[in-house]
Amino acid sequence: MTYTAWIILTAALVGLSCGVIGVFLILRKTAMMADAISHTVLLGIVIAYIVTREVSGTAMLIGGILAGVFTAFLVQWLHSLRVQHDAAMGIVFTTLFAIGVILIATSVGNAHLDVQHALMGEITFIPFHMITLPFIGAIPEATALLLLVLAVILFFIIAFYKEWKITSFDPALAASLGIPVILMHYLFMGLVSVTTVASFDAVGAIMVVAMLITPAASAYLWTDKLSFMLVLSGSFGVVSAVTGYYIAAWIDTSISGSMAFATGLVFMISFIFSPKHGLIAKRVRPAETM
Amino acid sequence: MATPILQVENLSASYRKNTVLHDINFEVNGGSLTGIVGPNGAGKSTLLKTILNLHPSLTGSVKFFGLPFIKAKKRIGYVPQRGSVDWDFPTDALDVVTMGLYGQIGWLRRPSRLHKERAYEALDKMGMADYANRQISQLSGGQQQRVFLARALVQDADFYFMDEPLAGVDAATERAIMTILKELKAIGKTVMVVHHDLQTVEDYFDHVLLLNRTVIKHGKTEQIFTRENIANTYGGNMRWMGEEQRHAVHSIE
Amino acid sequence: MLSILLNSNTGWVLLSTMTLGIAAGTIGCMAYWKRQNLMSDALSHAALPGVVIAFLLIGEKNLLILIIGAAISALIGAFLIQWITTASRISEDSAMGMVLAIFYGFGIMLLTIANRSAGGNQSGLDGFIYGQAAAMVRTDVITMLVLALIVVFIVFIGFKEWKLYLFDGQFAKGIGLSLKGMNTLYTAVLVTTIVIGIQAVGVILMAAMLIIPAVSARYWTQSFKIMILLSAIFGGLAGAAGTLISALGSGLPTGPFIVVVGAGFFVVSLIFGKEKGILIHYLQFKLHQRNQQSNTQTLKQEG
Repeated sequence: MTYTAWIILTAALVGLSCGVIGVFLILRKTAMMADAISHTVLLGIVIAYIVTREVSGTAMLIGGILAGVFTAFLVQWLHSLRVQHDAAMGIVFTTLFAIGVILIATSVGNAHLDVQHALMGEITFIPFHMITLPFIGAIPEATALLLLVLAVILFFIIAFYKEWKITSFDPALAASLGIPVILMHYLFMGLVSVTTVASFDAVGAIMVVAMLITPAASAYLWTDKLSFMLVLSGSFGVVSAVTGYYIAAWIDTSISGSMAFATGLVFMISFIFSPKHGLIAKRVRPAETM
Repeated sequence: MATPILQVENLSASYRKNTVLHDINFEVNGGSLTGIVGPNGAGKSTLLKTILNLHPSLTGSVKFFGLPFIKAKKRIGYVPQRGSVDWDFPTDALDVVTMGLYGQIGWLRRPSRLHKERAYEALDKMGMADYANRQISQLSGGQQQRVFLARALVQDADFYFMDEPLAGVDAATERAIMTILKELKAIGKTVMVVHHDLQTVEDYFDHVLLLNRTVIKHGKTEQIFTRENIANTYGGNMRWMGEEQRHAVHSIE
Repeated sequence: MLSILLNSNTGWVLLSTMTLGIAAGTIGCMAYWKRQNLMSDALSHAALPGVVIAFLLIGEKNLLILIIGAAISALIGAFLIQWITTASRISEDSAMGMVLAIFYGFGIMLLTIANRSAGGNQSGLDGFIYGQAAAMVRTDVITMLVLALIVVFIVFIGFKEWKLYLFDGQFAKGIGLSLKGMNTLYTAVLVTTIVIGIQAVGVILMAAMLIIPAVSARYWTQSFKIMILLSAIFGGLAGAAGTLISALGSGLPTGPFIVVVGAGFFVVSLIFGKEKGILIHYLQFKLHQRNQQSNTQTLKQEG
């Protein structure tokens, strides 16, 4: 495959994974947890680097997942101590992120990690780190990681589809039916973390938030059916990622920034033109919105 | 019929520093239909949640059919307040009712056509068959409440707990719900309902539990639901008396 | 330590981060009671495109102009969050997340272009965005100080109006306070605080300056006035201490140290706080439980 094709494939995988997982972020009303986790994953990656002294996909993945779940745990714990939920998030992620930055500045030096890179991602470098896999052949490491993560996400979403649905819609009922609501919460936060870490190289810490939330929010405006919302959100993710790439190529700028920007375009179109919840639809028949 | 299927002993619960419930003791016999009545802030919802292990208890024990909650869980149905969920969730009425079966379906399995049929029957019973495929945000408050009731029915539990199922519903829904509750009782199920309208207590419930942070009185409606006991429940503690209740108390006197 | 303070530029930087901490601590209390803690995070990220556009327009790093650009951009972000939340079924936290990330992405697009243009890379724009307190010069500090003082002054003169507005908006409206006016003023004050803090702590950590001192202060008092005072003190101390620590080594970032010191205040408050601290809470719970058990008999007789 050509250099460009790899980049587009990688971007599309980011869009698909984030789009699918984002649906439940929106429905569980924990959209800002994506923001929190995407920042603290940095700390996990830094610690993984300090421990192993190499930039390896596996170590980063494990560090990132642990950091993400740890964040979710801390936020939940502070909330159980009656700190407002969003305040708990704000405290936890800024503090962990700050520790991450300090660690980079003091003990890691500027070896292979740099904050700017982590924040912005650098998808153009991805095709330079090729590995060889059986059956598939040569593939960039980040792309292979994304494929794996996508498979994991799809597995969990499909296998526990009805459990995700009920714990998102009515956790009290779910608990009374004997479904482990808390465990599902942490499993979900784990999935968000995995997605974030895998997308890190491509889009960076902050733009991954755009990929997680915006396609799902856009899909939420088009449909009232959960399964269709998942498909739609995944597609919006892919469309945004590819559009973003071409915008970036066209005006020669940051690819990750353009991808985030493209999700905004998708949302804007949905916000205005969606037949069910769009501005125009509401203008035309305001009575039905009630 | 005489053996209690719910035994609550010395139960207490708190929010922060405030004790909301203290020294709660009562027993419920099988096949009864009990209304839980009390002023705002009396801890009615908290009582249900504490009994069902959804809110931590400070002290005391709760036994269903002589067993702790965790072992009796499958035989218990819970209908939360309508406002406790987001009705914008992308799903339809039939799907919400099918959720009542998720405990029985088990992990890694999808609801079968049989499950869907049972859900549909329950909806039909609540007069909601025509709305099976309607998105839940497009249902009226009363219709949403009927969907919740249908979801409880499909669980086929022996013991139901319902939190304000009659709050803010239209008259037709109220009648439909009460018909179902009486049917449940007739086939030997036990139901406890948090209720807010004093005027209908005598018509609806054979047992009543008067609650104001503790059990004021509990027993057969005709014996317990007296003006004096109601005044004790509502008037005993002025701090907890809201505007709404003052009217309610007046209307009785 | 003394030699650091004698270094005149560090003195200026210290003064500015401390003042910033005080202003952010004050405004943070208002955001806390408006239950909009994460709004500051969304708005600080949303400021990015404005900073870059302002830079592209004037071609140099003039703090006041950059701040104006940041403020306009953040205000547009605030408006969009409001609009999306009220006009659609999207919840506020989703709207905040979107505005945060999309504006940031757009800012990065522009920043890449700006850095590519002649001289852009040497402008220190990156440092400005990710926080580089040490790079501040005296004029920057004076601009910051003036704006921070204005913010604190606005809170101070309207103290009882703010209190009403935050605790009981409807009542405030009833006695003739314009809610719309207060909302506008609140947003303006919040955005001002955020944008003046960007250079010192960066867009990403700015939210911490508003959130952490306010939540920490909440653990010590039930009075709104004392909460604001404490929060301002926590903020100021964290700003000063963080700056000092980062000045000890070379190339240490200021913002993260300020945040970590603030987090230290939070942990201490969380554990030992007089109002809701873990320790007090635990003791009360135990006492309560014991009373409950021993009182059961007595209550039974009363009932």
